[in-house]
Amino acid sequence: MSVNRAQRVDLDVVTDLIPAHSRVLDVGSGDGVLLELLQETKQVDGRGLELSQRGVNECVARGLSVIQGDADTDLAFYADKGFDFVVLSQTLQATRNPKIVLDQLLRIGNRAIVSFPNFGHWRVRFSLLIKGRMPVTKDLPYSWYDTPNIHFCTIRDFVNLCEELGATVEKATALDANGQKIGLSMPWWFWNFFGQQAVFLLKR
Amino acid sequence: MAAQRAARTKDEVDHPSSPVLQFGPDKPLKLDAGTLLSPFQIAYQTYGTLNDARSNAILVCHALTGDQHVANTNPVTGKPGWWEVLIGPGKIIDTNRFFVICSNVVGGCLGSTGPASTNPATGKPYGLDLPIITIRDMVRAQAMLVDHFGIEKLFCVLGGSMGGMQVLEWAASHSERVFCALPIATGARHSSQNIAFHEVGRQAVMADPEWHGGKYLDFGKRPEKGLAVARMAAHITYLSEAALHRKFGRNLQDREALTFGFDADFQIESYLRHQGMTFVDRFDANSYLYLTRAMDYFDLAADHGGRLADAFAGTRTRFCLVSFTSDWLFPTEESRSIVHALNAAGASVSFVEIETDRGHDAFLLDEPELFAAINGFIASAARARGLGA
Repeated sequence: MSVNRAQRVDLDVVTDLIPAHSRVLDVGSGDGVLLELLQETKQVDGRGLELSQRGVNECVARGLSVIQGDADTDLAFYADKGFDFVVLSQTLQATRNPKIVLDQLLRIGNRAIVSFPNFGHWRVRFSLLIKGRMPVTKDLPYSWYDTPNIHFCTIRDFVNLCEELGATVEKATALDANGQKIGLSMPWWFWNFFGQQAVFLLKR
Repeated sequence: MAAQRAARTKDEVDHPSSPVLQFGPDKPLKLDAGTLLSPFQIAYQTYGTLNDARSNAILVCHALTGDQHVANTNPVTGKPGWWEVLIGPGKIIDTNRFFVICSNVVGGCLGSTGPASTNPATGKPYGLDLPIITIRDMVRAQAMLVDHFGIEKLFCVLGGSMGGMQVLEWAASHSERVFCALPIATGARHSSQNIAFHEVGRQAVMADPEWHGGKYLDFGKRPEKGLAVARMAAHITYLSEAALHRKFGRNLQDREALTFGFDADFQIESYLRHQGMTFVDRFDANSYLYLTRAMDYFDLAADHGGRLADAFAGTRTRFCLVSFTSDWLFPTEESRSIVHALNAAGASVSFVEIETDRGHDAFLLDEPELFAAINGFIASAARARGLGA
């Protein structure tokens, strides 16, 4: 996964949400960039779960505590409230069952932090509405036939899912195409239209 | 050559070239079999220097047919230590930095008390009079050795295969004495298939008329043919079909055509015969029976009410597990079930599966990804333990 500027900002937003010395589980930890950032800046007790063996091996070689596993199946093996924070960064849309995964995050962590690309962004809508094509953008670079992202949602959809699971949104941030935070005073519809990515802090 | 090696092996049993720690009647080894082993001895090797805080000790646990000579020339075979690729001055496990201990397991045949050792009660080798030894017994004995060095907490315990079982046992029964644990290519229990292969090996030994009901040493004999067959069968399980095919294929051994006989026409046959023959010079047949039995009996979950996670309840030890894709003796699933149990216990755990066609034996070989994982894990644990670079 390439890390562009906007995604970097998303990691910063996540990092800002986590107090020092927290116990953190990073689900979908990739090559460990977020875990390393959290360990360096927040001295967290961090663990990771990553699907790709290459990513895991890289993480462990860098001294991170990461295991190979699938968020869809392996979260079941973690104890209730075993972590202060469970982070799911840019991975929700690639899970087979986002609802169950989100439910597990809320079970395992005192708080869950979820970031995802917003499918309600105006560029996406424009692509479908005007061009009649599945959107391929800088943040969503895959064609429909080879994308790992099988469960896209909009910010609106996600808020609904949180309600369904009885989760409270403690904090939410939307980032525009330039990675800038969208003002808190803006209404949901504005976020859903101009937010390219969203980061949610949840509790249940 | 072979006779010399065999003679050296015999010498190593009671009076090894390694340092030996003797435990008299006041310090018996309490065995799972319900009896006491006393007196007994442990032969060991150490490398590097124990620091003043006694916090830089690493215990290496050897596999079924390994020994304490992990990083020095083996006195019997004359070959390099079995993990010299990993352990030594300037190596990934740097003996300029760490104090490395490796001991021959109880039940072994290279200086720690085993079936070939002289039974003080009779003046003859124990043979089958030695009680059955378990993995937990081996670890109990190692703990007594670690006590002897005045080490309260080991920085790391690591090992592969049967060595990995000992690592898991250490982490389960002495968790407060293990800062980090590295079980490689192992399982929390021996599978039915693994027990089956061991049984084939044991039956081969016991079917050899030279075994004499286990008393062969009293007759000056050794069941070489049976033990060689046991080793040949076991050796296949340490490799993979892909590696065998890559190395040997259907290539013929020093001949142009099939001989229409039962000679070793194929290279793989010749290779296995060689493996079997060299093994019998350096290993005691009864020891092979005892150690395979110890592995068969190992079932960490069963020792903790059937729930593996309970074996690690409350542990503060850091774990890193490693498996290999082509290992069919201890497949990745075995490691994964340990990882799930550790997760459930809230333990700090890393898990790496390494892509290789070299099978179970990959843990003994020069595998860059294995070394990268061990290096990363040890380095970060050393920082956490306050052991500077």
